[in-house]
Amino acid sequence: METINQSRRHFFKVAAAVAGSLTLGVYWDAAQAEEKAAKVAGPGEAGSTELKHGLFEPNAFIRIDPDNTIHIISKHMEMGQGSHTGLSTLIAEEMDADWAQIRTENAPADASRYGNMAFGNIQGTGGSTSMANSYLQMRQAGAAAKVMLVGAAASLWGVPASEITVQKGVVSHASGKKATFGELAEAAQKQAVPATVELKKPEQFVYIGKSDLQRVDIMGKVNGTAQFTQDVQLPNMLTALVAHAPWFGASVKSVDDSATKAVAGVKSVVTLPNAVAVLATDFWSAKKGRDALKITWDDSKAYKGSSADQFAAYQKLAEQAGKETLKEGSAQEALQTAAKTVKAAYSFPYLAHAAMEPMNCVVQLTEQGCELWYGAQLHTIDQMLVGKVLGIDPAQVKINSLYAGGSFGRRGNPASDYILEAVMIAKASPDRVPVKMVWTREDDMRKGYYRPAFYHSLQAGLDQAGNATAWFQRVVGQSIVTGTPMEGMMQNGFDPMSVEGAGEPYAIPHKAIELHTPTDIPVTVQWWRSVGHTHTAYATECFIDEMAHAAGKDPVEFRRPLLKDSPRHLAVLNLAAEKAGWGTALPKGRGRGIAVVKSFNSYVAEVAEVTVKEDGTFSVDRVVVAVDCGVAVNPDVITAQMTGGVGYALSAALGEKITLKDGQVEQSNFHDYTPLRINQMPVVEVHILASQENPSGVGEPGVPPLAPAVANALFAATGKRHYELPLGNKA
Amino acid sequence: MKLMINGQTQELDIAPDMPLLWALRDHAHLTGTKFGCGLAQCGACTVHVDGQPTRACVTPVSAVEGKQITTIEGASQSSKVTQALQAAWLANNVPQCGYCQSGQLMSATALLSQNPKPTDDEINSFMAGNICRCATYQSIKTAIKQAAASLA
Repeated sequence: METINQSRRHFFKVAAAVAGSLTLGVYWDAAQAEEKAAKVAGPGEAGSTELKHGLFEPNAFIRIDPDNTIHIISKHMEMGQGSHTGLSTLIAEEMDADWAQIRTENAPADASRYGNMAFGNIQGTGGSTSMANSYLQMRQAGAAAKVMLVGAAASLWGVPASEITVQKGVVSHASGKKATFGELAEAAQKQAVPATVELKKPEQFVYIGKSDLQRVDIMGKVNGTAQFTQDVQLPNMLTALVAHAPWFGASVKSVDDSATKAVAGVKSVVTLPNAVAVLATDFWSAKKGRDALKITWDDSKAYKGSSADQFAAYQKLAEQAGKETLKEGSAQEALQTAAKTVKAAYSFPYLAHAAMEPMNCVVQLTEQGCELWYGAQLHTIDQMLVGKVLGIDPAQVKINSLYAGGSFGRRGNPASDYILEAVMIAKASPDRVPVKMVWTREDDMRKGYYRPAFYHSLQAGLDQAGNATAWFQRVVGQSIVTGTPMEGMMQNGFDPMSVEGAGEPYAIPHKAIELHTPTDIPVTVQWWRSVGHTHTAYATECFIDEMAHAAGKDPVEFRRPLLKDSPRHLAVLNLAAEKAGWGTALPKGRGRGIAVVKSFNSYVAEVAEVTVKEDGTFSVDRVVVAVDCGVAVNPDVITAQMTGGVGYALSAALGEKITLKDGQVEQSNFHDYTPLRINQMPVVEVHILASQENPSGVGEPGVPPLAPAVANALFAATGKRHYELPLGNKA
Repeated sequence: MKLMINGQTQELDIAPDMPLLWALRDHAHLTGTKFGCGLAQCGACTVHVDGQPTRACVTPVSAVEGKQITTIEGASQSSKVTQALQAAWLANNVPQCGYCQSGQLMSATALLSQNPKPTDDEINSFMAGNICRCATYQSIKTAIKQAAASLA
């Protein structure tokens, strides 16, 4: 994720230079400031391009109706992570809006207005960047709208703007004059967009940092009316179910669809290179039709490998020198002269995202191009790839972004896989009607794009006093971005997401990391909530714990001097340890473990407490989280993301794995790919550090420390280390 | 087929082996009940049949003819228990992605209808059939207890 981090650093550098009094547009990109400012400001830009009478659209993110509703156009999609609430908070704060007047909707696809500034010129949500890249932009959009509303009131009332105050959506003057935003909307539309606006100081915040805001997406999610892709109903729409090739790399040889075509409701059968789709009037007819297909597959180029062989090959690779991704000092030599050495190796399976809503997408091909309805996460990439398949301009791909029933990375596919499949089905279909492609749970589980399997081998050296002197790590696993439109994220010939976080941030004089990236495995892989940190954090934090034990030191005491140059790591480590009662005695059979990880510019330490029962099974009882994510814009959302991150990570740590046998995925549904259930959820306590740093991500950073904290707690309880995930149910 | 959905009889042109889930979603156009697994593994499709929590994805419509079917849309209007739970869900900002929450609320409604003051263990065992990948479990537990208190 270095590409992203670098552009984000640039963004903050520019932003910091103009903090206090910001010029519209400056913080996007100094070179393009003028053009962007012109684009973002002006009527008719807020979502739709139709300007309706009486509306006030100060910029691309805000539309105020005469009935006093404030529509906030969110450039970031909502998959549960709270972006709609977060971005709305920023705008409402600077506008001094009433929270009850806010309605938040998804932006259309248009990177020029809704680009993610951390991704360059791409519209998309991911890498826990939503709040980080929107913090100043949305506040400025809100502040500009407020200036225009105040200006409108000043001219209507014939009073100086400086005498007007705004509170909870009411504009007022000492003379007793009052107006709502809705009442001022039409007049405000005529106000000039301010060239500069002043943002509030933290002590003036009424919403940022407060815990009592209701999520803006909540009402439809408690009464069943929230619209997900699965819920889209269009006139004459057909539902498509797909029979996918049972092996990666296989293709369709021949299809006998005679039985399928006899199924009531089935309209057509469409053959793609590696799949066959059945289109019918409803899901059940399509499924019956799909089950009746007789397909002969061409497996001549199919991958027929098995997980056991794959890990054996990875282990062999780890014995050889790989691509050097980090070299500080001379680790191999330092290991030779160390007083004591520690060795370990860790293996990590493929993981499915398994969002509650299986992948799906609705497509309507039109005379002008193509219209899509789905939980869009990487709009610009999807537009580009769909445009390529249809031979049309990407701008002709219209995206209606809906709530995503979870994603955890899956909906932001770098190859737009499920979207292209839906588009190809619609393209091949004889009927020009809307097509809703729906994957079943089994399709979703077996169709790939997994967190890649990884293998890490580590060696460390300690001196006589037990100080760490050397760290040598070899990492083996597939690259996520190679061969995708996001290949630009590669650095010096390797995928930085394969090693991000490995060995960090410990101040050890000799460090080396090497990487092997197998390219002969066609199992498709993708980012999965916290990406490379899902495995590097486990290897690093379990190994540090093992080094502490070898040095005869307490794991927290051992880490502290190694974090002397990392004050934010140290602060969360200390806070989590303190709140968890680190060092206090626990009864026999119980254990406490700790891990600290920086990911996506946020710092999280977690302490897990486990109980090992007499039969060897264990439970995770309590997890204490300390997080530093800069300014805590929505403490409730942060707490929810940390708690949910703990649950998602624990789910994977305890029981999730995708395995292959003769090339076929062995898991199919929630009985053999087993998500965490309510009875396994520990008590989670979240402590947020007070900070004035720019906000950083919270969607992913709660995940990485959990598994190593649990494994370290199991060691504390039993003296046994865990080198393979998932842990299973035995300590 | 005639189905009694949320207090109203609906005549639907569907095969008797169609799971109730698809009759509700594709034919009665009630999309609050969700498809998650199709195997009664996740609970996203939970509805009530004569008051009993039922996984609509594995229940053929032939098995529910003449019975009272209640979905999240109906329960939101007619059930005091569901409404108390929804108020607690709002107060605790329970949902994240929200996809499983209709099923969670229908299971929780059944729980409080049968057991107005559940303990943590009783909540765990009754709600264990409903998966939430966002892991909102802790808030669900808090909200169920709050709703129980508000109904007492």
